[in-house]
Amino acid sequence: MEIVKVNNLSTIFGKNIVHDDISFHINEKEIFGILGGSGSGKTVLVKQIVMLDSIQKGSIEILGEDISDLDLNQSQDLKQQFSYLFQFGALYSFLNVIENISVMLKEYTDLPADLIEKIAYTNLEIVGLPKSCALLYPSQLSGGMKKRVALARSLAMQPRILFLDEPTSGLDPVSTQKINELIIQLRNMLNITIVVITHDLETIKTVLDRFIILKQKIIFDGNITQALNSQDKFIKDFLTNKGK
Amino acid sequence: MQNSYFELIQIENNTFSFSLFNNWNNQTLSSTIKELENQNLSKESKLIVDFQGLSECDNSAIIYLISFFRTFQEQNITLHLDKYEDIYRFYEKHYQDNSLDMKDEESTLERIGKKVYEAYKESINFIDFVGKVFYYFIYSLFNPKKIRFQAMLKYIDTSAINALLIVGLTSFLVGVVIAYQGAVQLEKFGANIFIVEMICITMFREIAPLVTAIVIAGRSASSYTAEIGAMKITDEIDAMRTMDFEPMLFLVLPRIFALVISLPLLVFFADIIGIFGGMVIAYLDLDVTFTEFILRMGQEVPLKHLLIGVFKSVFFGIVIAIIGCYRGFQVQNNTTSIGKYTTKSVVNAIFVVIALNAIFSVILTQIGI
Repeated sequence: MEIVKVNNLSTIFGKNIVHDDISFHINEKEIFGILGGSGSGKTVLVKQIVMLDSIQKGSIEILGEDISDLDLNQSQDLKQQFSYLFQFGALYSFLNVIENISVMLKEYTDLPADLIEKIAYTNLEIVGLPKSCALLYPSQLSGGMKKRVALARSLAMQPRILFLDEPTSGLDPVSTQKINELIIQLRNMLNITIVVITHDLETIKTVLDRFIILKQKIIFDGNITQALNSQDKFIKDFLTNKGK
Repeated sequence: MQNSYFELIQIENNTFSFSLFNNWNNQTLSSTIKELENQNLSKESKLIVDFQGLSECDNSAIIYLISFFRTFQEQNITLHLDKYEDIYRFYEKHYQDNSLDMKDEESTLERIGKKVYEAYKESINFIDFVGKVFYYFIYSLFNPKKIRFQAMLKYIDTSAINALLIVGLTSFLVGVVIAYQGAVQLEKFGANIFIVEMICITMFREIAPLVTAIVIAGRSASSYTAEIGAMKITDEIDAMRTMDFEPMLFLVLPRIFALVISLPLLVFFADIIGIFGGMVIAYLDLDVTFTEFILRMGQEVPLKHLLIGVFKSVFFGIVIAIIGCYRGFQVQNNTTSIGKYTTKSVVNAIFVVIALNAIFSVILTQIGI
């Protein structure tokens, strides 16, 4: 089933054409990658999908609904179906780690406070952080830790679609590998669709089921085997030289 | 006991079969939890749990079930996990209780101690900061090339020239109010002409410097704190240090110089506007013409009052700029602290200006000026 569908999307900032008439879809339960050089509009694209940025031309459908004509209730319902991991975490600086992870559960469910805390602590363990940082505030965490707390926060509500903006940048190789394994495990167990923006070659090779490469237009759509067999020089360079 | 989410049947003494149905998720879970708590299960009960009828199950439900089963003895729980084997084992492996080994609540004495120590450290920090400012001030006197004249002019523009309107308006209104209240009293005694001394001395000596300093403290102390604080959050200050751009020379001293130069000028401006306000009321209420007013001012009001007011404002400028910058450097790496320290800086700056004014007033009167 196609869970996200992007039709003929164009985005222009000033004179800079970011997306030129792009169309693609994301299947349910797949780990989908959005790749491209710096400034190729990956984050803009995902922000348009999650309704943060407005669509200039074209349309986007999520779970069969066109997101540009939703009323308030529909968009609230839809927003609870997905969660977004921001590149730098975007944790609330006035809440501590556990409060950050449980904020959505507190707001949108009527679960007992004790259970919400248990869910938060368990998610903290899942992303590989020690219990001792539970009561710290974001300003006391390192960049990598912030990112992992943010991942725990996105997982707590168990979204149907999880958007990850560079989940492994700024992490050490061991943590990167763990996060990659975690992404695959989550997809297999929780039946969620995961959309990843990444530059990390290891992630591209081991985690992604399918990906697109953006360069104004979509210059590639397929899996890693197809990409490596491609004759296009840009794609080859992109997947071999970059990052190594 | 049966409802749409589970079925609990007693098979034999203290052994139950517990079957789960339907969709367990974070929206439906809380009512189920309440019902489960009402069952007469004891810690020694044996449970045979069947997940087969469960259509869907999210992580909240799994984590709840794990914590629920942990209240029983492990050997008494038999699980038929079916297709939920993976997810259950995954969360079981990562399950973490919410009990923290927290220290006991701190005692009142401990809290007082902490506060006192914090206050002590803060005052040391402040003295250290003032010392640094002084050091770099002397340093820049010997190395005039290091003085950032352009930045200084920029701050004079933003902190003083842009403030002319508000300073003028406030002092005009204050001048009007003083004259108006004074006029009523003086008229009773027929001492109309004394309005000149009353307005000029209070305005020159106390009101104009104080009102101007308070307006500038509210305007510039806050903006200095917010500017420097935002630079600290974005690591710009650290970047400057690595390039050997000393923040004291680049950020603090130009701001102090700007206020030291512009505050006396602003006070002089406020003097003029405030007295003008008084003159208007004197003319309208007491029939003292502008010419009379100005002539009497020249004859009867000593110049020293004006000079004292301008002299005081130099110190007001120094403390406002120092407090604004100091609080800016205290901002920590989170968004709430900018608001916190901006508030602190404005409150501190206004208070210190008023306190300093009181000290000046006492000292100058005591030595007979």
